[in-house]
Amino acid sequence: MTTVEVLFWLLSCLAIGSAVLVVTTDHLVHAALWLVVTLGSLAGCFLLMTAEFVAWVQVLIYVGAVVVLLLFALMLTRAPTAPDAATSTRNQPVAIFAGLVTTAVLGVVMVDGFRGERIDVDGEPAGSAASVGDAIFRHWVLGFEVVSVVLLAALVGAIVLSRRSGDTADEPSEGSG
Amino acid sequence: MPLVWPLLLSAALFGIGVYGVLARRNAVLALMGVELMLNAANVNLVAFDVWFRDVLVSGQVFTLFTIALAAAEIGLGLAIVLRLFRTYGHVDVDRLGGEP
Repeated sequence: MTTVEVLFWLLSCLAIGSAVLVVTTDHLVHAALWLVVTLGSLAGCFLLMTAEFVAWVQVLIYVGAVVVLLLFALMLTRAPTAPDAATSTRNQPVAIFAGLVTTAVLGVVMVDGFRGERIDVDGEPAGSAASVGDAIFRHWVLGFEVVSVVLLAALVGAIVLSRRSGDTADEPSEGSG
Repeated sequence: MPLVWPLLLSAALFGIGVYGVLARRNAVLALMGVELMLNAANVNLVAFDVWFRDVLVSGQVFTLFTIALAAAEIGLGLAIVLRLFRTYGHVDVDRLGGEP
């Protein structure tokens, strides 16, 4: 095994282990912090697969922004300082079954379909910022613009949704927009 | 590096995400399960793109789009969770749906 393969193994185990902790820990804030570990080690996996730009975007957007938003949501909805024994529902056995079945089906299909194929990680990097930027602004401009409109719509929707209901109660006609 | 390693990693992450969405009681924790599933899809996209050496780099570009959409999703999700908390006083997904 090469160094890259050993590192990929370690990062994969770290990602899966911390992902399990994300969905099982009883501390709400700890779940968000374990999510940081998972997303960070996935960024490392992207880096090892020579997708540099995606790795840095993952660090910036996911670890930087999304986790902070999740922490905001946790802090705003309750004081998550004490361990909360009731973080799992009664459907836990069904959920374990569904998760295992999903993993098994996906894993069997993937191994059956792509056994023996190898990723070339020693050659030229597949995802430098130059090549990805070139592809986005040469071939995927339409998708890029659509995504930016979706982001704008989502932000406007978030503002409308999170306005206090008292704001609209004074002016009922405003709610139709 | 064998192609199946990242694929198996993504299968495991997806299963864990499914478990998180189904088993968690807190709505924010269920959203974290969704994030795990989106990341599993991202790992697949990047792995296949690097394996295939696509000229249009479509796998990685789609990964960037997915990351942007995940940011939009989490923003909207946060707004909905806040609205639920204001209406019901809790975000326990098992007890939602009735009269506040």
